[in-house]
Amino acid sequence: MADYLRQMPDHGSADLARRPGLASRLHIDIPLLLLLLVLTAYGLVVLYSGSGKSLDAVIRQGRYFLLAYAVMFTVAQISLARLMRWAPWFYLLGVALLVAVMVAGVGAKGAQRWLSIGGFRFQPSEIMKLVLPLTIAWYLADRSLPPRFFPILVALALVLVPTALILQQPDLGTSLLIAASGLFVLFVAGMGWGYILGAAVLAIAGSWPMWMFVLRDYQKQRILTLLDPEADKLGAGWNIIQSKTAIGSGGWEGKGWTDGTQSHLDFLPESHTDFIIAVLSEEFGLRGVLVLMTIYLLILLRGFWIGINARSSFGRMVAGSLTLTFFVYIFVNMGMVAGVLPVVGVPLPLVSAGGTSAISLMAAFGILMAVSTEKSAGQG
Amino acid sequence: MPPKQFQLKDLHREIRINNARTLTAIILVLGLLGLILSRYYSLQITDYEIYSTQSERNRVQLQPLPPRRGLIYDRNGVVLADNRPSFILSVVREQVEDLDATLAELAGLLPVAESDLENFRKKLAQRRPYEAVPLRFRLTEEERAILAVNRYRLPGVVVDAQLQRHYPHGELFSHAIGYVGRINEQEAKELDQSDYRGTFHIGKVGVEKYYEDTLHGKVGYQNVETNAHGRVLRVLESVAPTSGADLVLNLDIRLQRAAFDALGDRRGAVVAIDPRTGGVLALVSTPGFDANLFVNGISSADYSALRDSLDVPLYNRAIQGQYPPGSTIKPFMAMAGLNSGLVTPASTVRDPGWYSLPGSSHKYRDWILRIRGTGHAPRVDMHMAIVESCDVYFYDLARRLTIDGMADYLRPFGFGELTQVDTTNERRGVLPSTRWKREAMGQPWYPGETISAGIGQGYMLASPMQLAHATAILASRGVGRTPRLVQSIDGVPLEAPLLEPMVAPVEYWDAVDRGMIDVVHSQRGTAKALAQGIQYTMAGKTGTAQVIGIAQGAVYKEEHVAERHRHHGLFIAFAPAEDPTIAMGIIVENGGGSSAASPIARKVIDTWLFGEAGGG
Repeated sequence: MADYLRQMPDHGSADLARRPGLASRLHIDIPLLLLLLVLTAYGLVVLYSGSGKSLDAVIRQGRYFLLAYAVMFTVAQISLARLMRWAPWFYLLGVALLVAVMVAGVGAKGAQRWLSIGGFRFQPSEIMKLVLPLTIAWYLADRSLPPRFFPILVALALVLVPTALILQQPDLGTSLLIAASGLFVLFVAGMGWGYILGAAVLAIAGSWPMWMFVLRDYQKQRILTLLDPEADKLGAGWNIIQSKTAIGSGGWEGKGWTDGTQSHLDFLPESHTDFIIAVLSEEFGLRGVLVLMTIYLLILLRGFWIGINARSSFGRMVAGSLTLTFFVYIFVNMGMVAGVLPVVGVPLPLVSAGGTSAISLMAAFGILMAVSTEKSAGQG
Repeated sequence: MPPKQFQLKDLHREIRINNARTLTAIILVLGLLGLILSRYYSLQITDYEIYSTQSERNRVQLQPLPPRRGLIYDRNGVVLADNRPSFILSVVREQVEDLDATLAELAGLLPVAESDLENFRKKLAQRRPYEAVPLRFRLTEEERAILAVNRYRLPGVVVDAQLQRHYPHGELFSHAIGYVGRINEQEAKELDQSDYRGTFHIGKVGVEKYYEDTLHGKVGYQNVETNAHGRVLRVLESVAPTSGADLVLNLDIRLQRAAFDALGDRRGAVVAIDPRTGGVLALVSTPGFDANLFVNGISSADYSALRDSLDVPLYNRAIQGQYPPGSTIKPFMAMAGLNSGLVTPASTVRDPGWYSLPGSSHKYRDWILRIRGTGHAPRVDMHMAIVESCDVYFYDLARRLTIDGMADYLRPFGFGELTQVDTTNERRGVLPSTRWKREAMGQPWYPGETISAGIGQGYMLASPMQLAHATAILASRGVGRTPRLVQSIDGVPLEAPLLEPMVAPVEYWDAVDRGMIDVVHSQRGTAKALAQGIQYTMAGKTGTAQVIGIAQGAVYKEEHVAERHRHHGLFIAFAPAEDPTIAMGIIVENGGGSSAASPIARKVIDTWLFGEAGGG
């Protein structure tokens, strides 16, 4: 074991240094935990306003967060070796559930995404967000890295199966995010730039048949709306026009907490879920946006730090890809609300109201903590 | 370095590559976050003004505040037209998921007529987003309660209160003040758009239309904060509307009711004017109608019932009715004769009971011929001619005046011309002349036609308003005023314009007055029945207008003629004769004769002078 021991960075955590071992034994990464606490607290403050000053909504989301933290702690206790062993089985289970959705799923707004078991509804695609990177990492971990052609092909196949299943639900946004989470593993594993460039060319070349044959009308509409939101002011373009207005009218200082007119007068759609960044921007201004981005950036940097310092290939790949996936959520959500990316229905991580997303994100942070503490476990 | 084919793990290389990739990822992340940040910077800092303005425009709406329409009172202060809150059931299309289901649901809760639905769908097609489209008007309290209970399952269904014109006296004033109705497309084009924003009704007929500008008032505005659904949350600033001016009419509800009751279910019209002021004291046309029906668009069933009724209730007989004045023209003819110098009060005419033109065998009968078989007296003077309504006297006078002379001398009494009373749809009647006939009918005037014109038959036509107006000029001895329904606007008295006075010697006026007084007060007067128990002096003149021509020599049997072919009964009067304060024109369609009309004058004048019918 001693071979694997590494010196903790001096500036790693003062807390940890003062009470050596306790955090490690509990498999907690203190800096990450603190950052998450700040983020979720900030999220609740914004949510109170975004939900139309509904204390109920805040309490409900607070309960989700409590549950999500519990999930995070639980997941953090699982050793990486065990996670690695479980990954393929979870993958098979996830694919089976996605097939079940296709056969017996519950629909909403023309899309079949939910599975109802004993009155409990959930989206199997949420599970896949975690399981796919774990599975790719599991597949690549024992092989020579960077991966060569054949392993890349297998990994791509592993990515393709759930992506295709989710795409036909249809849920373009989620399928792309899941594909990305899998591909990030390959990227972190060091897949050659030649492959990456080739894939990019293929993706661009493949977008034409996608547009012609795969995308549904409403998905095309979203993209068209993004390109020219003014075309249909009261219809499809309404959301983007109103969210841009909300963001822009916030200025530097913002209109003040709960004083946002766009959100409180119902001009802003989905103000407590996907469009909550518009509420934040309107009420706290660019200052508030900078604060949020700083917290996100620190979390991302901590995630990358954990990846760099991971003890195993598996840990490195998992930490790197999960962190990048987390970044993609932030990027896509903030971009779509500001009108630079299509509206694909991605919540703002740990700020938008919603239980499933909070829990799956926290589970991911649990894995990061497992990675983080695995390496320093010997210290105690 | 091991050969590649062994696929051995090279940990150091792996870590190096991983570090490099992580660094790449961090650079990528920083770059993309910077991109996002620049987007937020451009929205929030660079274009702040644009979006701030946009947000303000979203939030704040300029809403019109419709003015309260001026009220209308009678001369005693009784409200004739006011505004009452009316509850309207409207539907906001954007908030209704399944319109048909909602409409079916509503129809199950309260009566919704086919015409309501039809209008609703028409307006639905022209609405602005989030505009509430009215479905039902005048909700009863019970209907409102039902809607309130069911409101939770009817999103998008709203009940709003709006001030709406109300006519508390229904039929009694329908023709006197007219009514308002919803602004139609034609009117919308001609109106000042900004002044009528938020106003849905406009005067359609009568005083309501004539005084539209006065009654309407001035629109106000308010800046309101609204949410995306158009619901007003807060008033930021407002400019109050100016209410329309209140009108006090010259009409007296007591006289109006006396005339209305006296007419009963007969068709007819009564107009009373105060000759001193020109004020219209009563204006009744029966049958009337409930003006409230028109306020929100009359249903087609109600409208066709009114339109197709044989009694034509929508027809304002008082100002639109065109009737031959019959013998009521005689006092005016007498004045014409005196003014022309062709007769004096003392000059007489031989009366065998008929009249014929020199060189013609056609006999123009006097009405008395079939009763007595002879004339009124061997020779008849002006007094007797008026009192007993002698036709022969006026046949002779007409011949001597000629039709054009008649026209010239009758025109100052307002015949053949609009009285310019302050209401709408007035008609001018006909004062025939050779020129008129040539222009209107393209025919020459025949001398025989002059004879019947002399007793107010033939082409001559006048409305009850014109008769009352002419009588008022007679009563005031030539000092006529334009009749006025409105007495004051917001307390400021409205002076009725003076007409060019008719100058004539006192003895002429006296002679005609005496004749008219004795019509009522002498034993030989044609309206002597009116004098029973009378406490003042009334001057009057009876008249009968033929509805169908009676063939030469035929014996007129009233009871054999269908009711609608019976003669119209007419009566004009003023009182007290010494110092007249009221002048009247009355017609009872198919009344049979003037006896149908004259008692109405007594009742109205009694009410005017004593405050109640049959006073004394």
